[in-house]
Amino acid sequence: MSLAGETSAVRTAARADAPPLLDVAALRKYFPVRDVWQRQVGWLKALDDVSLFVRKGEILGIVGESGCGKSTLGKTIMGIHPATDGKIVFEGNDITKLRPDKSRALRRRLQYSYQDPGASLDPRWKIRRSLHEPLVIHTELSADAREKRVRAIMRSVGLPETHLDLYPHEISGGQQRRVGLARILTLQPTLVILDEPTSGLDVSVQATVLNLFLDLKKEFGLTYMFISHDLSVVRMICDRVAVMYLGKIVEMGAIESIFSAPKHPYTQSLLAAIPQIGGRKVTDDFWLEGEPPDPTNLPSGCRFRTRCPLAESRCAQSEPPLIEKRPHHADACWLSA
Amino acid sequence: MSDRLLAVDDLTVSFSSDAGRVQVLDHVTFAMSRGEIVGLVGESGSGKTTLARAILGILPANAAHIESGGIRFEGEDLLQADPADIATRVRGRTITFVPQDPFTSFNPVFTIGSQIMELMKWKSPLAPPSSGLSRYARTRRKADRVKVIELLKTVQLPDPEAMLAKYPHEVSGGQRQRLMIAMALMTDPKLIIADEPTTALDVTIQAQILKLLRQLTRERGVSVLFTTHDLGAAHEICDRICVLYAGQEVETAPAGRFFAHPSHPYTRSLLDSLPSREHGIRGIRGEIPALVNPPAGCRFHPRCDRATGECSALRPSETAVGDLHTLRCYHPLSQPEPASAAS
Ligand SMILES: Nc1ncnc2c1ncn2[C@@H]1O[C@H](COP(=O)(O)OP(=O)(O)OP(=O)(O)O)[C@@H](O)[C@H]1O
Ligand SMILES: Nc1ncnc2c1ncn2[C@@H]1O[C@H](COP(=O)(O)OP(=O)(O)OP(=O)(O)O)[C@@H](O)[C@H]1O
Ligand SMILES: [Mg+2]
Ligand SMILES: [Mg+2]
Repeated sequence: MSLAGETSAVRTAARADAPPLLDVAALRKYFPVRDVWQRQVGWLKALDDVSLFVRKGEILGIVGESGCGKSTLGKTIMGIHPATDGKIVFEGNDITKLRPDKSRALRRRLQYSYQDPGASLDPRWKIRRSLHEPLVIHTELSADAREKRVRAIMRSVGLPETHLDLYPHEISGGQQRRVGLARILTLQPTLVILDEPTSGLDVSVQATVLNLFLDLKKEFGLTYMFISHDLSVVRMICDRVAVMYLGKIVEMGAIESIFSAPKHPYTQSLLAAIPQIGGRKVTDDFWLEGEPPDPTNLPSGCRFRTRCPLAESRCAQSEPPLIEKRPHHADACWLSA
Repeated sequence: MSDRLLAVDDLTVSFSSDAGRVQVLDHVTFAMSRGEIVGLVGESGSGKTTLARAILGILPANAAHIESGGIRFEGEDLLQADPADIATRVRGRTITFVPQDPFTSFNPVFTIGSQIMELMKWKSPLAPPSSGLSRYARTRRKADRVKVIELLKTVQLPDPEAMLAKYPHEVSGGQRQRLMIAMALMTDPKLIIADEPTTALDVTIQAQILKLLRQLTRERGVSVLFTTHDLGAAHEICDRICVLYAGQEVETAPAGRFFAHPSHPYTRSLLDSLPSREHGIRGIRGEIPALVNPPAGCRFHPRCDRATGECSALRPSETAVGDLHTLRCYHPLSQPEPASAAS
């Protein structure tokens, strides 16, 4: 059985002259599916023909339903999961087949911040050691210079220096997350894949952290891939956004165009579900009914059609490609004009 | 209130660590009724998880000290009761918990299914109340499994059977969070303490989960203590909202009044700090105080522009400013006219 189906590497916005910092083409990541006896019974297509690029200095948002493959995308680009098929080019180098332990310098400039704030912190280490560790591995800094950088980063993520002497379980969830961010920032990367970097942070800390991202971007010309389900934050800080549904990008383009005039019915339902304080309650009249389909057993044709209020018979026949139907705005729907 | 389910009274909790002794909850008083959804909001580090853990009786025994206060659940003082009895009868059964960090809550070396079935063996509603026996009768196991699959579907997890065969690292963040929510529902609890239960969920699934929680309260009289930073989510389902600041509860109000007419200056700044298209991303002026040496009196006074000498001398006592609306502040924001006069 051939894992990879046919490929449709369609680009959205016209490319700037400079080659993109990151270029992902027809990326696939399939996981084996097992039954209770741990026998393999099929494949789960967590990423199914995903193509996108990120320009230097921009922020690309990635949004979509829980389980649609956002973290898998980040981890596969980072090399944490080997790609099943497709190509990943970072700073002009094909890194698809590079193991993470190879080419440390390249990997240092590409960083993935885990969705799980605890994952990057060793529970047996005090915060100080967790922050020194990456500097020990990746840099030649002296102990004093490391300590200086660690303290500066702690300050910039808004944590008191006394926290350096605490263990991860002694600080609150939001504080752990900020330590996780501090850990990545100490390495001064060029592209950072932020996986839900503000989830679980209160508005104040969120503001601090987001402003920190923007400051670092300005100061060091950082570029971000910003995976988030907080759509109001995405709208505020991203230049472009890709909307994913079950392993595929269903809509992608300039942020304002997508938020003000979403074309794909899935994007429309997503935007309609944002709670509005003081306004109507989403839970009273939310229309996206039904369960998300089983990703190991996808519907024929468009994978959203089983929940789509507009679905017609042709939607079941073949899968709509992602096409740029208006400037800087592509969608994958047979019915969108 | 006749229908009172939970009453936390004058609870003070402190932690010792290398950085010193910190008073994380400072004489907190708060109550919940049956069938009610109460939101617990406040900045990071304000003590929300500590309060949730205190109610559940899972504060770290070596570091945490309960210095004063009581916690009554269905009239029983949980702090005075026999801990072993609470562990089998109440915790994980009549009071369940959705932990804040869904990542560390599963053991990485066992499949999700075996961990859920182990929980059901001891805590399922079909389990005999206090059996010390380690047998898991086949018929009960079967019935429990049907219920488990049912619940995984309810929380919108696709292909529940396959989900049970997976290891924790093989599911997405939001899937893990939904597994935790499903596990908290499995024992037919009376009180669900949900600590930031939707942080890893997109808005569409969040809407469905919130709807489910509300349905449970309406149909089965379950109560939910809903800890969150997300005021939008609180707006969706909470009946009442309680604001915690640096370990002190400062205002408790019905959700409508909370958003429309907040009385405490801190509540006001919390609402003003919401990101908006006009104002962008802004926080609350100043920093949350270090709890090692917290400000005296009302802990918010160093950040409050209404503060006077009185605020740093003595913490204000609780006053009622409306139906179910209580406040601890010497200088509350002016109250609007009663609703009847307004329209
Ligand atoms: N190591 C793995 N083995 C098997 N299946 C996996 C593995 N990692 C992820 N999956 C599955 O792949 C799909 C995509 O997961 P992923 O973590 O990328 O989702 P996500 O979009 O990040 O979701 P969330 O918003 O909930 O974090 C899910 O159905 C998940 O169960
Ligand atoms: N085991 C512990 N030892 C020492 N200090 C602790 C411990 N657990 C929590 N703390 C401290 O108690 C305070 C309150 O923590 P808690 O986790 O209750 O906050 P929270 O309101 O839930 O925050 P978040 O919204 O970030 O989850 C924090 O300042 C934290 O550092
Ligand atoms: Mg994820
Ligand atoms: Mg917490």
